[in-house]
Amino acid sequence: MTTSNASPFVDEDALFRPADFMAHADTDEREYANYSYIRETVNRFLSNKGALVSLVVISLIVLVAIIAPLVSPYSYSDVNSSITNLPPRIPGLEQLGICDGTQNGVDLYAEAGIPNEYHFFGTDGLGRDVWTRVWEGTRISLVIALIAVVVGVLIGIVYGLVSGYFGGKVDIVMQRFTEVLSSIPQLVITTLLIVVLQPGLANIVIVLFITGWIDMSRIVRAQVLKCKTQEFTLAARTLGVSSRDIIFKEILPNTMPQVVVTFMFSIPNAIFLEAFLAFIGLGIPAPTASLGTMINDGYNAAMIYPYQVLAPVMVLAILMLGFNLFGDGLRDALDPERS
Amino acid sequence: MKLSSKGEGRNGPRLSPMARYILKRVVIALVTLFVIMFVLFMLLSFMPGSPFNNEDKLTPDQIAALRAHYGLDKPVIERFFLYVWNMLHGDFGVSYSIMTNMPISQMVGPRIALTLTIGLEAGILGAVVGVVLGIVAALRERSVWDTFATILAVIGVSLPSFVVALFLSYFLGFQLKLFPILYSTAQPTISTVLPVLALAMFPMASVERYTRSEMISIMNSDFMLLASSKGVSKTKLVLRHALRNTLISVITVLVPLLVSLMSGSLVMEKVFSIPGLGSLYIQAIQQNDYNVVLTISFIYSVMFILAMLLVDIAYVVIDPRIRIAGGKD
Repeated sequence: MTTSNASPFVDEDALFRPADFMAHADTDEREYANYSYIRETVNRFLSNKGALVSLVVISLIVLVAIIAPLVSPYSYSDVNSSITNLPPRIPGLEQLGICDGTQNGVDLYAEAGIPNEYHFFGTDGLGRDVWTRVWEGTRISLVIALIAVVVGVLIGIVYGLVSGYFGGKVDIVMQRFTEVLSSIPQLVITTLLIVVLQPGLANIVIVLFITGWIDMSRIVRAQVLKCKTQEFTLAARTLGVSSRDIIFKEILPNTMPQVVVTFMFSIPNAIFLEAFLAFIGLGIPAPTASLGTMINDGYNAAMIYPYQVLAPVMVLAILMLGFNLFGDGLRDALDPERS
Repeated sequence: MKLSSKGEGRNGPRLSPMARYILKRVVIALVTLFVIMFVLFMLLSFMPGSPFNNEDKLTPDQIAALRAHYGLDKPVIERFFLYVWNMLHGDFGVSYSIMTNMPISQMVGPRIALTLTIGLEAGILGAVVGVVLGIVAALRERSVWDTFATILAVIGVSLPSFVVALFLSYFLGFQLKLFPILYSTAQPTISTVLPVLALAMFPMASVERYTRSEMISIMNSDFMLLASSKGVSKTKLVLRHALRNTLISVITVLVPLLVSLMSGSLVMEKVFSIPGLGSLYIQAIQQNDYNVVLTISFIYSVMFILAMLLVDIAYVVIDPRIRIAGGKD
């Protein structure tokens, strides 16, 4: 492998040199031990530090998003006009002088009459606990993204399989359709669809998968076209295997690496689109929280109460980063040739 | 390629393969635009709510009169063809609610320039910085520069532009007071610095990523080995052979880049209150101003399709391999 990675500028790297056969004589067995595809993939993934860290971070966020709203003493929707815009107060950290619930030396918690309460991320303009809302919002954003992406991916797989496998006129018609659909900017079609359908949890999911399946169908189709002409498919057809079995048993498994990778990259994209819609005022209606609606709410007061927008923005940023790094790692592990 | 063979069959002028390819692309783009217009029109005809400012105060007769006045009582299909016909004559209809009866071309005209300027500035800045960073990272693989560029790229690709914009306007604008937080017509240059920077993050990151991987694979390719073994100097090798080939492939990532600039400009205009196309779009959506929404959606689609068309054509013009294959096809 050293020769292929060598820089073309260094002459000696281009030369052949005899390998030191005896050095590895006793380790041959171990070095050439037969690893299964899955084991090899897992090994490759585990050797990627960025991907590993992102997996841990995503898992942590998911866990907190599930647990935090359940154990929090506050509800995400309770409005309390006497405790609005409180700064963060976290037990432990308050002894260090940060996050102690004071602003310009004034203990706002005592002023609001709740000296013994802790709002970890403070409260928003309606007196709602930001900590609870952030995790509630994270949960909803994740659920929206996950459902939308799963449905979109399923549609994309079926569309790509049919289009690629049957080819000919079917393929031409189906491809023209996706071509036109994908020439409409995603932003325009998402916005218009959500305006027509009215913002709401279910409708945002619908809009996201309506626009989200095209990429997947293209990738699956390309993979099907590649597999269709290969020997194993020809052999199966010669043996009289039915179209359905060829599609599902011969071709589909071969598209899986690409499908999984695209799936992973679609999740942050869906989270982003949800946040984007919320940001231009087409998010889930109040009082339900999502990361996007929280950023939109907090953004208006960002210069005065930065923590209100900082909390959802940080969670969103970490989630997006995490999913992207995770997707990168997965792609490298599943598909070493392409990376 | 049926189009081209038909063209040859008739006694029309024989076009070069390249001209035929471009012609075909242009025709496809026009047809696509027409279909998009139809889809947009249909979607908008299902838009709930009323475009008239104070409909609950109007009597049914008045509403009917208003609808008749604006031609909204006609069947959708008829309205569609009427609208397209008028549009071809430069008439995009009038605004219903934002600025009643004002022709949309007048409302949109000055805003397009602003949106395009910011988008182009961000696109060029992102592309140039991205290419430079990508080349540096590729030539100094696994160095500090490479790590720095990679981290920057991951952050730029992952973070939504409005998050970047919020950070920039909080730290550079609010805390350090280096740049204004809001757009002002009095100082149009300095007040677009932050939006352009925030908008340039994504294109920069994706161009950097792509340039780096493309450059590395080209540097390791056989023809580079041949060139270096023939004694071509390193500078010449990088500038003439590697860079040129890298830039050809970088063109392919320009399409997603332009898309990101468009959605980004919508958000940027809200964050920095820039009076561009995007902020008008948001306002029109909130006020059910059909024609404004339709026109701006259409303008976005035209920009998108035009950009794809240009990239397609540029690709063929620059890369001889595709030109040859395209001629045969």
